[in-house]
Amino acid sequence: MPNYNWPPQGQRRLMGKRLSRLDGIEKASGYAKYASDLNPPNLLHGALLTAPHAHCRVTSIDVSEAKAMQGVTSVRVIAPAGTEIQWRGAEVAAVSATSETIALDALKKIKVQYEVLPHLVKEEDLKKAGPRAKAAGEQLTGDPDQGFKEADVVVEGYYGIPVITHCCLEPHGQVVEWKSDAVNMFPSTQNVTGIGGDLAKALELPATQVRVQMNHIGGGFGSKFVSDRWGIEAAHMSKESGGRPVKLFLDRETELTIAGVRPSCFGKVKLGAKKDGTITTWESDTWATGGHGGGGSPPIPYVFTNIPNQRKAHSAVSINAGGVRAWRAPNHQQACFMTDCALEDLAAKLNMDPLDVFAKNADLTPRPEVYRNQLRQAAELMDWKKKWHPRGQSGSGTLKRGLGVAIHTWQGGGHDSKAICRINPDGTVEVELGSQDLGTGTRTAIAIVAAETLGLPLNAIRVKIGDNQYPPSGASGGSTTIGGVSASTRKASVNSLEKLFAAVAPSLGAQADQLEAVDGRIQVKGQASKNLTWKAACNKLGATSIAEMGENERRNPGSLISAGVGGVQMAEVEVDTETGIVRMIKSVAVQDCGTVVNLKTAESQVYGGCIMSIAAALLEERVMDEQTGRVLNPDMEFYKLSGIGDIGEIVVKMNMEKEYDDRGVIGLGEPAAIGLNAAIGNAVANAIGVRVSNAPFTPDRVLAALEGRTA
Amino acid sequence: MHAFEYANPTTLKDALALLGNRWGDADVLAGGTDILSLMKDEVYVSKRLVNIKNIKELGGISMSRGALRIGAGATLEQLIENAEIRKSFPSLAAAARGVASPQIRNIGTVGGDLCQRPRCWYYRGGNGLLAKGANGRPLVPNGENKYHAIFGHEGGAYFVSPSSLGPALVALDAKIKLASASGTREVEAAKFFVAPASDTARETALLPNEIVTEILVPAGMRNATYEVREKQALDWPLATASVALQMKGNSVASAKVVLGHVAPTPWLAAAAGQALSGKSLSDSTIAEAADAAVQGAKPLSQNKYKVQLARVAVKRALTEIARGRA
Repeated sequence: MPNYNWPPQGQRRLMGKRLSRLDGIEKASGYAKYASDLNPPNLLHGALLTAPHAHCRVTSIDVSEAKAMQGVTSVRVIAPAGTEIQWRGAEVAAVSATSETIALDALKKIKVQYEVLPHLVKEEDLKKAGPRAKAAGEQLTGDPDQGFKEADVVVEGYYGIPVITHCCLEPHGQVVEWKSDAVNMFPSTQNVTGIGGDLAKALELPATQVRVQMNHIGGGFGSKFVSDRWGIEAAHMSKESGGRPVKLFLDRETELTIAGVRPSCFGKVKLGAKKDGTITTWESDTWATGGHGGGGSPPIPYVFTNIPNQRKAHSAVSINAGGVRAWRAPNHQQACFMTDCALEDLAAKLNMDPLDVFAKNADLTPRPEVYRNQLRQAAELMDWKKKWHPRGQSGSGTLKRGLGVAIHTWQGGGHDSKAICRINPDGTVEVELGSQDLGTGTRTAIAIVAAETLGLPLNAIRVKIGDNQYPPSGASGGSTTIGGVSASTRKASVNSLEKLFAAVAPSLGAQADQLEAVDGRIQVKGQASKNLTWKAACNKLGATSIAEMGENERRNPGSLISAGVGGVQMAEVEVDTETGIVRMIKSVAVQDCGTVVNLKTAESQVYGGCIMSIAAALLEERVMDEQTGRVLNPDMEFYKLSGIGDIGEIVVKMNMEKEYDDRGVIGLGEPAAIGLNAAIGNAVANAIGVRVSNAPFTPDRVLAALEGRTA
Repeated sequence: MHAFEYANPTTLKDALALLGNRWGDADVLAGGTDILSLMKDEVYVSKRLVNIKNIKELGGISMSRGALRIGAGATLEQLIENAEIRKSFPSLAAAARGVASPQIRNIGTVGGDLCQRPRCWYYRGGNGLLAKGANGRPLVPNGENKYHAIFGHEGGAYFVSPSSLGPALVALDAKIKLASASGTREVEAAKFFVAPASDTARETALLPNEIVTEILVPAGMRNATYEVREKQALDWPLATASVALQMKGNSVASAKVVLGHVAPTPWLAAAAGQALSGKSLSDSTIAEAADAAVQGAKPLSQNKYKVQLARVAVKRALTEIARGRA
């Protein structure tokens, strides 16, 4: 078997360097075409009629008037009479028409009658949830009663983190055409290879008849894996309209109402510990909602999984609101918040520096040395020892600064991926795989791996992704992409290069295994003067290209990739104690992701994760109204995201030391978006001397917490 | 969105002739940042939009005879960039600077800032200006009201006036000039804003056949505005205070303290003005005025914090003047 191992760290020309993304200019200039930018000839516009009540039953639906409208090409009933609808915004009917205006006007002509049923849309107050809260069985480890009895100190806190949405800048949707026996789909998706089969199944077509293409996606964050009701209906409407393409994208309100949420988590956490800060006992009573299906069971205690005594109770609350979809590191942000806020509260009660409490308890985690090392590095970058003060001892002024820390983990093993590396007789190189670039820099990473392997410059590689006719590659979820595509690309490139070596060895008077590809040449190892330029070497292929496959098997990943990382994030905030406004001063993120393929886009991933966490900590929440059953802020006005002025300084350190690098490539997107939310909560507590229980830490909550302290 | 007629006059006279006597027959389009989104969401329907951006006489900012004249069509960015305003009316410049984003300040107008509709999420969600549920009961008191009024909601208007310039203009004793086909009239800024008593009433004294043409602001008062906002940009204030002081030596001869985003109109805190009258500005007189400003606040279930924010905004606006920063 060929040697697929990564070149030794010191010998890499491209991998691990800071390289700009290949499609950066295309995107920054607006030249890049997203699915929502596509307007092919004969385009029809689709629109959805959605339910106006949080819980209701359709008693009648009449689409005849809409159907009769000029310009309307198709009207489809999604929720026929008798359908029980469990959240406002659920799809009731769809129309396609020759213009968006006609499509929207046609929706108004659809007559639907509803029987309104009682609803519940808020879960923060568990008492009001009644039977809609379903308790999972209590989980017990060790002897928590004895643990608390023997503990030197017991600390109990209440913490809450609300439902937030993905808020993809490009909403969900697609352009799709169903012509005679074939469907062409241009979706905004995280799943180019898989979504075709998903749509084919819904349309009762063979998978071979659905072609999927997507060059760019404007955000997914875990919410864009399947073809969705709107994709399926758009395909049907295309067929009913003689195969004309139909464009159907959600409007912002629908996007924020039904296209997925991160579940909430609320509850009490009680910790027992020894005087030196060692945690011995955990007890938690939590609840969460992810919509009508309930859902959201955070893995607590988070990271500190080996606390010897544990009692855990969790209830899933079903509410009448749009459902859960994976949100960047599903369940981890919540788990981290519940756990690491409790740890900070323990440190405060013990009058200890939380850094010491986290480091001491690193023994309760699966990777004590990684976390201790990262805590040290992050503390240095934050200048923690100099800046930290005991909780609340932040001076007499109005503006109080504070520091907070949190730690996190993620698996991030590579998904199944197959790639073809094609070396053409004219010297051009193409790498083909049915993957997608979520904006993370996947396209660039593939080119880096191929160019590194073939001894070529980055721009010599043509990367072909975003098409399900290319070899299958997994969905981009769970930070699985970089492992999958880097391994498959490496193997395909090595396999193709070996074929090239075999083809040119005779003309260099050497054996194939004596050859190497360096700086655009094929040369004999140790005799660099015996060489051919890359182009001359490829010319020896005659008329036939080399096209070899490389495969990453999730269950048998080999040495190129690995899984399981650690990360530490720290926050420094300044709280205006008169207004309750929390301002970010600085964030520090130290992150392990094994072998770094592209340092620049790796750091970008972490910046992005920090920025999302800052928004979640300070601004974001889906506001539900119990009276109307409606999301009150399904817009970019009151669904607040952080802007440039809100994020402060962000310092990122990727762990690239040998012991990390040796592990192979590991996914990064999720872990980068976990810890900072809790770290900010801890920094606020450190600054103002009192815990603000619920995120986001908005002025109403901060001032209420301050008032509680002085009351 | 309903189809509408678009008119593009170049003179005020033509524009006024195109307006009607009922709201919705015709409406003025200036920057368009608000009315078009209302119409797209079908919260508001108008049969005709009269674009006034091409009417030259509505533009311009100038000083004459000790008063500032601001054309209603001047953009918020022009207001901020005007040297005279920055020097003598920092309160207005600060208020304008807080609006949304450069894009919106470059297209949004002064008149539009005064006439924009409330941002109340029940109103914008289709529950009407006074936000009533299917049973006719008001939604705000029992609902999500963290951004709503803490003053002046007794008449059933729980939203807050979204105008950024309004509080500053009221504090500065500005007059607002309105024109209709039959003539012009001047309204004190304080009387321009009204709390509507029904869903079909308006938040200003403007009539459907009128256009705001210019704003006249007397000079000579020390003035400042302080805003409390969650985000640095693209966000609505949670509370603001605009103050204008007539000084006599080191003491305050008369003072106007006006709160923003806490009531359905800019909220004149008369007690705060009285508290300052005849006194010099010190930490203690400022604190007394700030406390007086929020006397009588009636916070709802979720917005008690806004009382504190309003108090702090007053304190900080006055402190800017005391420290010579405004």
